[in-house]
Amino acid sequence: MFYLTLRKETPFIFRVSVPIASILLTILFGIFIFSVLGYDPGKALYHFFISPLSRIDRIADLFVKACPLMIVGTGLVLCFRANIWNIGAEGQLIMGAVFAGGLALSLPDTLNIWLLPAMAVLSFIGGGLWAFLPAVLKVRLRTNEILVSLMLTYVASLFLDWLVRGPWRSPTSFGFPLTNYYPDVGLISKIDFPGIGTIGQLHWGVFIALLVCLLFWFMMQKTVFGFQVKLVGDSDKAFRYSGFNESKTTMMLFIISGGLAGLAGMIEVSANMGQLQPNISFGYGFTAIIVAFLARLNPAAVILAGLLIALIEMGGDSAQIALAIPKVVTGVFKGILLFFLLAGETLTKYQINFKYSKRRVPYD
Amino acid sequence: MIDALILTILMTSVPLVLAATGELVVERSGVLNLGLEGMMLMGAVSAFAFTYATGSLFIGLLAGIISGAVTAAIFGFFVLGLATNQVATGLALTIFGTGLSGLIGADFVGNAITGLPTLFPKHFGDIPFIGAFLSLDIVAYSSVIIVFLVWVFLFKTKTGLILRASGISHDSAHSLGYSVLKVRWCAVLFGGMMAGLSGAYLPLMLTPHWSEGMTSGRGWIALALVVFASWMPSRIIYGAILFGTITIMQLAGQARGWTIPPQLLSSLPYLATILVLVLISIRGSAKHAAPSNLTIPFISSK
Amino acid sequence: MKPRSALLQSHDISKSFGSFIANDKINFNILEGEIHGLLGENGAGKSTFVKMVYGLLEPSMGEFFWNGNPIKIPGPQEARNFGIGMVFQHFSLFPTLTVIENIQLALSETQPLPELRKTIIEKSQEFGIFVDPDTYIRDLSVGEQQRVEILRCLLQNPKLLIMDEPTSVLTPQESQQLFKILKILAKTGCSVLFISHKLKEVKEITQRATILRRGQVVDTVISSEVSTGQLAKMMVGNDPQNVRKKIEHKSTKILVKISGLCRPANTPFSTPLLDINLDVKAGEIVGIAGIAGNGQSELMEVLTGEWRSKDSIDVLDVLGVDIRDYSPHRRRQMGIGFMPEERNGHSAVMNMTLTENTLLTNHNNPEIQKNSIIENNNLENLTSNIIHDYDVRTPIQNPLASSLSGGNLQKFVVGRELIKKPRVFFVAQPTWGVDIGATKFIRNAIIELANEGCGIIVISQDLEELFELADSVSVLFRGKLSERKPVKELNSQKIGLLMGGEDVSFISRGI
Repeated sequence: MFYLTLRKETPFIFRVSVPIASILLTILFGIFIFSVLGYDPGKALYHFFISPLSRIDRIADLFVKACPLMIVGTGLVLCFRANIWNIGAEGQLIMGAVFAGGLALSLPDTLNIWLLPAMAVLSFIGGGLWAFLPAVLKVRLRTNEILVSLMLTYVASLFLDWLVRGPWRSPTSFGFPLTNYYPDVGLISKIDFPGIGTIGQLHWGVFIALLVCLLFWFMMQKTVFGFQVKLVGDSDKAFRYSGFNESKTTMMLFIISGGLAGLAGMIEVSANMGQLQPNISFGYGFTAIIVAFLARLNPAAVILAGLLIALIEMGGDSAQIALAIPKVVTGVFKGILLFFLLAGETLTKYQINFKYSKRRVPYD
Repeated sequence: MIDALILTILMTSVPLVLAATGELVVERSGVLNLGLEGMMLMGAVSAFAFTYATGSLFIGLLAGIISGAVTAAIFGFFVLGLATNQVATGLALTIFGTGLSGLIGADFVGNAITGLPTLFPKHFGDIPFIGAFLSLDIVAYSSVIIVFLVWVFLFKTKTGLILRASGISHDSAHSLGYSVLKVRWCAVLFGGMMAGLSGAYLPLMLTPHWSEGMTSGRGWIALALVVFASWMPSRIIYGAILFGTITIMQLAGQARGWTIPPQLLSSLPYLATILVLVLISIRGSAKHAAPSNLTIPFISSK
Repeated sequence: MKPRSALLQSHDISKSFGSFIANDKINFNILEGEIHGLLGENGAGKSTFVKMVYGLLEPSMGEFFWNGNPIKIPGPQEARNFGIGMVFQHFSLFPTLTVIENIQLALSETQPLPELRKTIIEKSQEFGIFVDPDTYIRDLSVGEQQRVEILRCLLQNPKLLIMDEPTSVLTPQESQQLFKILKILAKTGCSVLFISHKLKEVKEITQRATILRRGQVVDTVISSEVSTGQLAKMMVGNDPQNVRKKIEHKSTKILVKISGLCRPANTPFSTPLLDINLDVKAGEIVGIAGIAGNGQSELMEVLTGEWRSKDSIDVLDVLGVDIRDYSPHRRRQMGIGFMPEERNGHSAVMNMTLTENTLLTNHNNPEIQKNSIIENNNLENLTSNIIHDYDVRTPIQNPLASSLSGGNLQKFVVGRELIKKPRVFFVAQPTWGVDIGATKFIRNAIIELANEGCGIIVISQDLEELFELADSVSVLFRGKLSERKPVKELNSQKIGLLMGGEDVSFISRGI
């Protein structure tokens, strides 16, 4: 048996090595799983981790895949730093897409280039509104935000389902649950590199995602806003003493993270689908939680973490095609990775003492 | 016709009751396990695999219960042993369990087994009014008994009191000399067994085959149900029947072309849960309050 | 009368945490039926010692003897089996369980509820403690909660009852009731280990007392044979030096004016404030006495602006400005300084560095922050100035707040506010849990600030502190502020009565 004692100082090496060690351990675990299942671990790992990086257009697609994870992950980093447990980003993402989609679908013939920015703003509002409810309940009534934001995710997903099967279904979809296509000005175009052309599916949304991560990294590092976020997560009394308004900050962070999730939803649809359908998210809102932890709650590291998770997802596809390994194995990897990361988090905070002892200091 | 409908409602409620009762005990001890869905799927796939291989439903049920407990032990190791964040660990467990069950079950897709028999002779089902209630299987009847036993345990025994106390203030429980971690370990394992049993019920009774992610969100509904029941065991049964009714009405409604969108009906359980959460927050009665140390890890030196 | 034998003997008991020695070879014994005091300052090692007796900590060295036999106490359960009961300073009660459930949890054997209810009522009558077995703990007052704790121990028929700072949450009158209970208990043959840092109490209630200083036993004395002065000397070491003399203030300029302050209770646990009126002149220190939980933190929140309302306050003027709806940092900008009682997580954040803790009350300072971007150089300079000017001893450059001792952190927190030379200063418990040296330093700094013309409100439970600092004192009881009296006209008995909610006008009238 073992017990934990609080560390006074975290060795610097831990901060860096935890994510790296977690990734290595996950790969080791992967070798084990593949061997047990009777696949050649070498080949499987190649298809998982190397193949998606083997061509420039695949790398570009990696960024595309990581795009929503980075944006949602950044919002979640802010929340988790502040000890706010918004786990309903999935629903907020959907509502963002719905709000933006509503505008795009109501202006089928527009040529106005302001449509896209307007959609972006609306998506932020949509996601933000969906986060507003758990936020206001938490602030006013101390209702558990974990449960409320989770419940609302299902409501959002059912709402979208109803829209695309009901009022918003395209008359030309042959009964499929699809809306009309957005007007061209409501789509996000691929990046056209001069002289090279487009690379894979790389679109301007990726650029926005990187910008969002870097912007919030700067804010966390250098501004009073960042201090405010760290402080509210640490101690609510000190926070009020400091002169900030706790309720306002909680609401603000909830809305920012919801808004970012909404923005991610809008980008996902406008860049990759061009119309609404019942499944627009594939669990990005939940996967982004792993991203946030993998990044150790640092917005700049969210970029790397997002790419890594995207790599696992794409690796899952390529391994499925090449070796017929079921796609669900990515879930196993993501789960294991998160387990290792969380354990690593404990190691940085606590010292593990391997000695059986019942004596503990319970108070004081 | 009505009897058949009632029977379906009852059977839909059974896995919800089982999983939620387990989770209720876990939460009463101060731990939130969001990994319900993962544990249920592991229970489901193990139950199916063992029943398929051995032909014995009993072994299948047992396998479901054990694998639920094993999955819960992973959660316990991280959350109790390493004091990791309960929300994130629970999510990791769901993602992991969904993936691993899919991986294990890949070979079983498309195979069928014979489900649990009804406890009473078939013709009991023809008795008017109560027929549906006599056409259930042994697990369904047991679930009601389990809820009753959990209620007795929590509110009529000393050990149950200790468990509730650990969920209210682990520091106080510790200074009285109770081992909070031991209590929580037992609760988490019990929750895992119940989730495993609940998962096992799906392929053994509801739909006699295995498919990837076959819980289809039942774990999350069970989580909602615990809150809906405001942590009181008996209310889980009403809640589960209510939630089950909504699910079935939605399917029945679809078949008959009702004008109410089925999605609205499906979202009612979630909306109702939010409403209950709000009501609890406003009223704040001591008896129905959320365990105050819910999600707070207990660490030796604080 | 036959000589009483030692019930518990502590033989060379030592406890170290890493390199820090909390208890160093503690030797003394507790006799049967004796009320034994354990006296020492905060941090002298009292709590560590009793935790070992109760099995919550394991001694690094040494042995306990129980009735002459060596024993090991591996945990509270075993301690209770020996007959050792403990009433914690921070109660170990469960707010959302009932009294009877709380009591049931502490009993080793299971009794049927009706029988237990009967036993509880019997015991409460025997000792004159009344509590309703079916109320929820969270609906009881602090004093009542302590009675539940005591009752809970009594039901186990203890041979030794440990009371850890039991009076720190009680009014003097409630304390007297407690003493009565303890005396009855001692008569029945139960020993009591009474932990306190209050000299008078120890002299009043105990037969013998053991004094701890820095983890070592100074002496065990017969309480009636020593004076409080001697006890103090043993507890503190050398004579406490007097604090700087305060200049009699002459100013008539009113800096703070409060009238008609009524704050409703916003949670079931808080105290409403009832029509509070107060003013502070330049150079004046107004003391507010009272037992914690009578509205102190609520009042402090009104002063700092952590709680604001225009409707519930008639007048809250500082420096001639109506600040009723001013946020804490707007108040800071006006030159108001404030410091709440709790260091840990209120006036300081333990797992942030000192620099970040400086930012805590300086984030609106234009030198520290331009367009919301933090100027790191200026911030670091300000931090080192505070550390230098207020004699803060740090283990490393820019350490985490948690790595400082209580006294040093308190000097830092006080320094952080005083370095800004506030014109008005609100402070609660400025020297709570702080060593003698730092206490003196902080009190001097506050007096110096007043001598420079600052208007100060000190909220404190420590009467000695108020007698040293304040010009005049009011008592806060259940949210009401008593009439203010110059400190010269007061003594601790009068204040004590006020703290217990008595009307003292009859005393001054000599009846």
